[in-house]
Amino acid sequence: MTAISLGYGELALASLLLWLNGALSLGLGLGLERQMLVAGVRMVVQLLLIGLILRALFAVSSPVLTGLAVLVMIAIAASEVYARQDRRVAGLSGFCVGAVPLMAATVSVTLLALLIEVGPDPWYDPRYTIPLAGMILGSVMNGVSLGLSGLLADAARERAAIEAQLALGAPRFVALRPFLRQALRNAWIPLINQMSAAGVVTLPGMMTGQILAGMDPVEAVKYQILIMFLLAGGTGLGALGAVYGAAWRLTDERHRLRLDRINAG
Amino acid sequence: MLVVERLQRLGFGPFELTLAPGECVGIAGPSGAGKSVFLRMIADLDPHDGTARLADAAREAMPAPAWRRLVTYLPAESGWWAETVGAHMTDSVRARALLPALLLPDDVLSWPVTRLSTGERQRLALIRALIQEPRVLLLDEPTSALDPAATAAVETLLRQALARGTSLILVSHDAHQTARLGRRQLAMAAGQLHAVAP
Repeated sequence: MTAISLGYGELALASLLLWLNGALSLGLGLGLERQMLVAGVRMVVQLLLIGLILRALFAVSSPVLTGLAVLVMIAIAASEVYARQDRRVAGLSGFCVGAVPLMAATVSVTLLALLIEVGPDPWYDPRYTIPLAGMILGSVMNGVSLGLSGLLADAARERAAIEAQLALGAPRFVALRPFLRQALRNAWIPLINQMSAAGVVTLPGMMTGQILAGMDPVEAVKYQILIMFLLAGGTGLGALGAVYGAAWRLTDERHRLRLDRINAG
Repeated sequence: MLVVERLQRLGFGPFELTLAPGECVGIAGPSGAGKSVFLRMIADLDPHDGTARLADAAREAMPAPAWRRLVTYLPAESGWWAETVGAHMTDSVRARALLPALLLPDDVLSWPVTRLSTGERQRLALIRALIQEPRVLLLDEPTSALDPAATAAVETLLRQALARGTSLILVSHDAHQTARLGRRQLAMAAGQLHAVAP
């Protein structure tokens, strides 16, 4: 079960395709050749670096270093969620409404996968922990981000509808319910699409990778199914936490809509 | 009896007001003078200083939703959150019973909200609040989008509510309307309420 190793010469040969694109951009006057070169160089450097880091992490197989790596990944994802919002909850809670559910969902689902589902030895084996946490984190990040931006945009746009309910005596979460529901739908739809398309329209990347690495396709599929369930659970939990956390910050204990706590990003 | 004490926010107020059951107080004043700010503070819809009570029940002693069912604010521009008109009514039987009095079609509750004119929305928002039988209604320009016939219909319905003991605070640009519904007239200017001689 070993993959065919690639030489750096073969990679250089494949990079000719990018050079070809650059030449086309020059020839057609698209002006994209600079960006293409920068993105190509970034991709190669970033991936080589992460390869070296992962190799080192796998070699020492330390629980502390593995945990630290996962924390760094979560921190980067959390700042990505924060940076992507058009509107933000003001202050420190603007970061926390995204970061806390992101971390809680990622950590709990990753632990579930490691301890109950896959069961590597030792349980924190970075060869499993880091790719699993990474895949889960990517999906949770999308869900949290879509859920938050949907809710914040709706709260600002639908102020009259929300306050009409509050004025008639609806508690805050009842008044926000149509918008909470819509935000959670936004967060969930990409995942539903991903599950419906899996194997028919797309061959998921991880499964393809395992097949290329020599794994039996049915074994690879079983892993992919597990991943899909983990992503579903993590994304659902993360988006739910973020959307309800934001709704809690957008209202106060006297059930008022507090749009003064939203900043334009 | 509604008692409002030292309500203030953002340079508006402090406001004091006492309102007997079945009493209507009219408030006139230019835009931006603080009329809506005042009504929203009574309904506790914005953070502010001061307090209010209804008879012996202090506002802060009850949950805000309970207070707003008793003291209901009706903004000039109504908000709608569901597809159909009927989904906004807590009691569709009582809502239907009020339709003819406000010159609204019998089947309007089954309409999508998007089909309503501005004037229809305004009257339906009043029905939506009235069927919950609040003790005090805070009305912000309740007839601004209505023709004379519909305005008269709304005033008739409000007079009936007053007769049942509901109190009204009525913000209106139309001094005649406030005079038709209540004896007490106040004027809002630069964030302060002043009595107006009848």
